[in-house]
Amino acid sequence: MTAIRYDRAPGEQSTLTEEQGETTSGRALVYTIGLALAVILTATSFWVANTSLLWGPGVPLGLAVLAIAQMGVHLVFFLHITTGPDNTNNVLALAFGVLIVFLVVAGSLWIMANLNDNMMPPAELMNLHMQH
Amino acid sequence: MNVAVAIQDIHRDALPSASEAGPAPKRIVVAYGFWIFLLSDIVMFSALFAAYAVLVRATAGGPTGAQLFNQASAAIETACLLASSFTCGLMSLAVGSRRRAATYFLAVVTFVLGAAFLALEIREFADMIARGATPQRSAFLSAFFALVGCHGLHVAAGLVWLAVMMAQVAIKGFRASVERRLFCFALFWHALDIIWVALFTVVYLMGVLP
Amino acid sequence: MNLLGKLSWSAVPFDQPIVMFATALMVVTIVGVVGWVTLKGYVPYLWREWITSVDHKRIGVMYIVLALLMLLRGFTDAIMMRAQQAAAAGGVQGYLPPEHFDQIFSAHGTIMIFFMAMPFVIGLMNFVVPLQLGVRDMAFPTLNSVALWLTASGILLTNISLAVGEFAKTGWVAYPPLSELQFSPGVGVDYYLWALQISGIGTLMTGINFVATILKTRAPGMGYMRMPVFCWTALASNLLIVAAFPVLTATLAMLLLDRYLGFHFFSVDAQGNPMMYVNLFWVWGHPEVYILVLPAFGIFSEVIATFSGKPLFGYRSMVAATMVICVLSFLVWLHHFFTMGASADVNGFFGVMTMIIAVPTGVKVFNWLFTMYGGRVRFTVPVLWSIGFMVTFVIGGITGVLMAVPPADFQLHNSLFLVAHFHNVIIGGVVFGVLAGFNYWFPKAFGFTLDERWGRRSFWCWLIGFYLAFMPLYVLGLLGMTRRMQHYDNVDWQPWLLLAAVGVAVILAGIVCQIVQLVVSIRAREELRDVTGDPWNGRTLEWSTASPPPAWNFAVLPHVAERDTYWVSKKLARAKDGPPTPARGYEPIEMPKNSAIGFVTAFFAVVTGFALIWHIWWMAALGVVGAFVTLLVFAFRDREEFEIAADKIAQFDRGHQAEVAL
Repeated sequence: MTAIRYDRAPGEQSTLTEEQGETTSGRALVYTIGLALAVILTATSFWVANTSLLWGPGVPLGLAVLAIAQMGVHLVFFLHITTGPDNTNNVLALAFGVLIVFLVVAGSLWIMANLNDNMMPPAELMNLHMQH
Repeated sequence: MNVAVAIQDIHRDALPSASEAGPAPKRIVVAYGFWIFLLSDIVMFSALFAAYAVLVRATAGGPTGAQLFNQASAAIETACLLASSFTCGLMSLAVGSRRRAATYFLAVVTFVLGAAFLALEIREFADMIARGATPQRSAFLSAFFALVGCHGLHVAAGLVWLAVMMAQVAIKGFRASVERRLFCFALFWHALDIIWVALFTVVYLMGVLP
Repeated sequence: MNLLGKLSWSAVPFDQPIVMFATALMVVTIVGVVGWVTLKGYVPYLWREWITSVDHKRIGVMYIVLALLMLLRGFTDAIMMRAQQAAAAGGVQGYLPPEHFDQIFSAHGTIMIFFMAMPFVIGLMNFVVPLQLGVRDMAFPTLNSVALWLTASGILLTNISLAVGEFAKTGWVAYPPLSELQFSPGVGVDYYLWALQISGIGTLMTGINFVATILKTRAPGMGYMRMPVFCWTALASNLLIVAAFPVLTATLAMLLLDRYLGFHFFSVDAQGNPMMYVNLFWVWGHPEVYILVLPAFGIFSEVIATFSGKPLFGYRSMVAATMVICVLSFLVWLHHFFTMGASADVNGFFGVMTMIIAVPTGVKVFNWLFTMYGGRVRFTVPVLWSIGFMVTFVIGGITGVLMAVPPADFQLHNSLFLVAHFHNVIIGGVVFGVLAGFNYWFPKAFGFTLDERWGRRSFWCWLIGFYLAFMPLYVLGLLGMTRRMQHYDNVDWQPWLLLAAVGVAVILAGIVCQIVQLVVSIRAREELRDVTGDPWNGRTLEWSTASPPPAWNFAVLPHVAERDTYWVSKKLARAKDGPPTPARGYEPIEMPKNSAIGFVTAFFAVVTGFALIWHIWWMAALGVVGAFVTLLVFAFRDREEFEIAADKIAQFDRGHQAEVAL
């Protein structure tokens, strides 16, 4: 039973063998590139958070984008997630997970912010409000 | 489960796709199952993240993130975990090509880096508690300790797992079950680094913004 | 420091006669059963064949046994509540003081959802899915066993709370601030939390197991669109388990941190936010009801198609509807707390989404009706349950869509109208579904069918009893009666509650009929024997095996070329005028070895849970260490599988083929 007929396991590197030109150092190169990219992105994140060169309100968005990029680097270079047809199940599962995470976090934030906004003001403000 | 059992009337070349190829080899099934577990773990973290995001301003007159968080420490922790992810990847290669000495060496390096991460984090927690920034002080601090602490517990569990796996390699060698488990460990370790990316971005970097 | 934490003799409620009676009944039953089993010498057999079994069929049966036992306990709670509410009008206080009544409704909800419905559904999926997929077992058989026994741990802890300590008085949802230490200083909420956390780990394991099994291990040729619909609904349900249960784990963990370590997630002081618990709880809570009902839908699809003698109408739309429900179930959760104070746009969004989710369910109902239309319907007991479901669930669904309108919900939230609605959909949907499945697949599991007459009697009692018990609750809700009332002043409500109590008595008759059905069927099992393995002229692969199937399920893995593959192969066999027995090559089969890890881990889980509840820290530490050591022992075991010889397989299979040919 060849592995070609089956999907790839998540985290499995490509199934090219030694004869087809893949060496251990070749495989290690993927990890090294991933590390380098991750270091650059991480350092950039720390810089973005501390610099005064960027417009304030844009900083959280920039950090979020950099974080997503770092996660992408991990997924592609360390976990070998690709868009090939032998990886579809893995990508679908990941997409499902991301969807749920998004719904839980964004949904909760939207709802909780809304609920908190609708809370009664504290006592001191109430009195002020009612006095006019 | 043995897949290589007589299959009735099978014309192997007529199988068009992976979805009709029959039960997948154990290696793939185990890795996929673990992948699903990791996704469930990430959903659990997202609930803790949501709680943190809701409570981030609930400092109850106590210290805020900007006052407490040490970015240098967070940077070193990040470097340790990222490096350990790299060495873990190299360890996976060593396992794949059955190089025992390299496997042990890279496992030890991964372990040390992970332990360094934990040590720094524990020291950070101890410092905060000594300064009165305990999880009982405010809802914000409760959420912080739970979120970051949960990740730390996962790292600690990973270190225990790694140690047990090295014992298994020593006793059982690179048999199929050991290789499958090491594969799952690598998935786990990389996933923990992915979660840390989200963690340090949201908690330490966004947390100290004015 | 006290060696036994908070535990002392005062934990046993000697001053509460009802509780002591129930405890005595429980203890006598358990001791009696265990004693009888031991004296008859069944322990080695039970240990070898059931307790350490990793066979999905055995595990499925054990889940259902747990569910049936907990049905009795949960239903007893229901009888007690109906009796109390029928009596406690105006000046009459009834026989249950509020502290006890509160524990009863909390236990009723917790037990029925977590320890009756979930195990029943999971048990049926466990038994059927690998057989329908044409494979030998689940993807992770040993994990399956651990999951079962962790569920049993949760059940045991909940039942221990009857004898030692108390249960939560917060309702099955345990909202803070009431569930915080300040307002619930006793151990009740802790029993609730630890029982659910422990069994929740088991449920998550089940979810992972089924997703991997359905997506990665199917018979050769069984592409996704050739899977039985029950497998599709099992997939959707387990995807929801994997996605939703972690949120419950995190939420209950936060409450545990508040209670044990003084954290402030949900406390009223230090800027905690109790509303956040409600939000996160229902992020889990709504997908949970779909986890329960989707497999029930799958059961109805199988039953209706089989007994109509036709393929299921609209297979593709069924699959699409199932997966749409799976995703949409994560977009409606706020409808459980419309009244908590969100503004109109938030309420409106979730209200609209709730109405939308009714659409794919409607598609399914029409597909079932079109399946029956034009078919020759055999009105067997499973079909009766299915028809009862279609009427009852639709009514319940309609009342749900009614409450999806936020202004309407402001009137009806937490009234008996709500209670009637969710019982309408859960009983009409989930309970009727699992009972249909129970009757349908019983012969496959045990080799003989259940008595039809007593099955019909139990169905009619359940159906009539349900309407008598719950339709009055709709009226009461509209009249203004809120839920969970131990006593009420408005005597006009009493006639309706008396009617509801009569309904519960009729349901009790239904349950008695089911017990009688089992006894009668077991006594008459030779006459009711299913020799061919296919008592219903079924369509899917499980009916191609013997009843009960051998440990290895299929001597040779089937090669699937189309949907309803067994039906097609039977047609081909009839066309060829004789049984299709090409010379089969039998090869030895490797099956996973039994393991005690499930049972032993569960033992340590109970020890740890009990210790944590009573603050016996040294015992908790021992329990955790014990569980970890168990895991290590398992991880270092040498042989994972054992081999079944080819001639044993050949002998069994030839015998089965001979029976089928007759």
